[in-house]
Amino acid sequence: MLYFSKLRITLVFFVTLFFIYFALSNFQDPENSFISKRINLGLDLQGGSYLLLEIDNEPVEIQKLQNTTTDIRNFLKSKKINFNDLRIQDKTIVFTIPIMDVGSVEAFFLDKESEINPYYNQYKSHQFDVIIEDSKFTLSLSKYGLIEIKTSSQDQALEIVRRRVDEVGTNEPNIIKRGNNRILVELPGLDDPMRIKSLLGKTANLTFRFVTQNKNDTFGTEMLQFEDGMSEAMVSKRIILNGENLLDAQPQMNNQTNETVVSFTLDRVGAKRFGKATSTGVGKQLAIVLDGKIVSAPTIQSVIASGNGQISGNFTFQSATDLALLLRSGALPAPLNIIEERTVGPDLGQDSINAGVIALMIGFLLVIIFMFFKYKIFGLIANITLLVNLFFLVGILTLFEATLTLPGIAGIILTVGMAVDANVLIFERIKEECKKEKNNIIAFDTGYVKSKTAIIDANITTLIAAVILFFMGSGPVKGFSVTLAVGIFTTLFSVYFIARMLTGLYVVRNKEKTKLI
Amino acid sequence: MINFNKFYKLFNLISLGLVVASILLLFFKGLNFGVDFKGGTLIELRSNDKNINVTSLRQSFSQMNLGDFNVKKFGNENDFLIKIEKKDTSANAIEVIKKDLISSLGGSFNFRRVENVGPKVSSELLKSGIIAIALSLAAMLFYIWIRFEWQFSLGAILALFHDVIITLGLFSLFSLEINLSIVAAVLTIVGYSMNDTVVIYDRVRENLRKFSDIKIYELTNISINETLSRTIITSATTLLALVSIYLFGGEILKGFSLAMIMGVVFGTYSSIYIANPILVKLRVSQKTILTEDTE
Repeated sequence: MLYFSKLRITLVFFVTLFFIYFALSNFQDPENSFISKRINLGLDLQGGSYLLLEIDNEPVEIQKLQNTTTDIRNFLKSKKINFNDLRIQDKTIVFTIPIMDVGSVEAFFLDKESEINPYYNQYKSHQFDVIIEDSKFTLSLSKYGLIEIKTSSQDQALEIVRRRVDEVGTNEPNIIKRGNNRILVELPGLDDPMRIKSLLGKTANLTFRFVTQNKNDTFGTEMLQFEDGMSEAMVSKRIILNGENLLDAQPQMNNQTNETVVSFTLDRVGAKRFGKATSTGVGKQLAIVLDGKIVSAPTIQSVIASGNGQISGNFTFQSATDLALLLRSGALPAPLNIIEERTVGPDLGQDSINAGVIALMIGFLLVIIFMFFKYKIFGLIANITLLVNLFFLVGILTLFEATLTLPGIAGIILTVGMAVDANVLIFERIKEECKKEKNNIIAFDTGYVKSKTAIIDANITTLIAAVILFFMGSGPVKGFSVTLAVGIFTTLFSVYFIARMLTGLYVVRNKEKTKLI
Repeated sequence: MINFNKFYKLFNLISLGLVVASILLLFFKGLNFGVDFKGGTLIELRSNDKNINVTSLRQSFSQMNLGDFNVKKFGNENDFLIKIEKKDTSANAIEVIKKDLISSLGGSFNFRRVENVGPKVSSELLKSGIIAIALSLAAMLFYIWIRFEWQFSLGAILALFHDVIITLGLFSLFSLEINLSIVAAVLTIVGYSMNDTVVIYDRVRENLRKFSDIKIYELTNISINETLSRTIITSATTLLALVSIYLFGGEILKGFSLAMIMGVVFGTYSSIYIANPILVKLRVSQKTILTEDTE
């Protein structure tokens, strides 16, 4: 057993070199490096901001119910069915119709081609569940109808969030979906997320509507506050234009008034509508409403047919820039709430790296010294193994461009402490065997064979803990489980290939020695 | 050879006492959950003004109407850690605090770290933390059960409970903060303690096969002694690494490494004094192993 083929020795040698090279490539200038792979630093090490946003789907659901109610009203009218009491009640739509029409209306709702109650083939379900008691219909959003609403608003929100973050221009943002109503935004290098947070916190729903004094406006009216909160005005519910009609928006200095304004350009449809509205409405006040508050309500002086306009409203240059950005990137389908935020400044990140590296070096040194004093030559072998193990670990993390976090560094240090265990188990076993067995080579072999089950059992238990942590843990803690798990494999490899070879070579040279270990 | 088995009874009583005390602490004093699990805001700040201290910060924060809060020094001379219980995750909450702080104390502040966790997220994190620990215990139980006999499985799992409960009990006693990294530490303790127990159990099983005439009471003692130097060396190197993290790894890793240190100490102790006496209590004998061999 104590023969190591040249091929095997060469192979192990090159594998080791390969990983050492990878591990060291982290410290090279990326420009001049042959291999451009490096370990990613987590937000806690390079500094940056982690934001978890939750989409508030309630307004979307209500909107959906309102739209469907309108559709149902139009449908029943078109079929000349007398309906009663059509309204939204506790998130359901209710109405009653004459008994004789129940069958045909029911069939309409349950038709797979139904336009009002769409059928989702992939879920085998309609958007609404329909309950009929005598002649009373109750429609509520089905389980899959809700899922559909959630996923579609999540998709839209993701797109808008991405546009807004890109507009601000941070480097390599990471924006991903979480669950079906959350969005995770990671912004490396950003130490003050204030601006992004305030940009993401706004729905940016822009509408142009007339201010009216007539309470009996055909479209209905509502009282809205001005942004300053000081005054309010009655505004028609009829929407002349909304944000979707904007082609572009830019902050601008108005030369005449010396005021910062947001100038906008409308698309063709928008320009046409705007022209029509301004031609009929000269002298009227046009309210510019953003997220339910009036930004300003200028009086229309003349027809604006060009499709260009300005929004004024006590802006600073910064707030005008932000508003223009929000208008360009579009409105969110639903409000977003920041439910978790973690921000680390770049200097703290650097401090953490420094502390981590110092702790690693000191820990490594302490373990090396301890092992050398305990086992002498065999200690040296264990130490060489440990060093190679460290290179393997860092090399693999580099190869896969894994993300290293502060707990991840702790995981590496812990691996240093625990990795010697396998070698200790083997050495102790060889020691025991030497007491009974005169032949050093046999003692060596038996030592390796007999310690195997204990080593494997012991490492699997740690691996189980690491795997569970990987799936249940979040963020930085995940980084810990990764280094811990990878560390187990590199430990086993270095112990069984490198340490075994080195001890083997030593034992063969000292077969006659009476006190081997 | 050291006669560990002479002290089985004594240490079992001590352990029982510690576990009961820990459970009582957990029930009546509870754990000091950090913002990860309780929600709220954590700010680590550095001031450039030497005159600013915990008292002046506390005064300044108390004027901000933020509800319960806690100010303490954090490592460096001018570094402070502020924890606010109010769960305000609105976009500009942090900015308002910064402005208020500068207007009341002057100077400038560097907010080195800000963590803001809403109530929904914190309860989810707590839930998944508890599930993770429960799951890892179950997985260990299962693993040992397929590798050994049920008596061993029971012994190992009781040793694990012992370690986890006492570590949490100590965290409760000293009001140390429980955050996400502590959950990671507890899971690693579970892995480590198991690892230690398994090595001894492995030897017990081997010796059961080897000596047909030695009773389990003696046999565990022989096995503990045979693996003793490994137990000591591995615990020592692991502790060296952990102490190094504790002393030099920065403030953020202090809680994590402290939990791990406690866990390694108790894990080593329990694999000798909990895991083995249970085998004796359960009357494990050569027959227990025999059934497995004939299968």
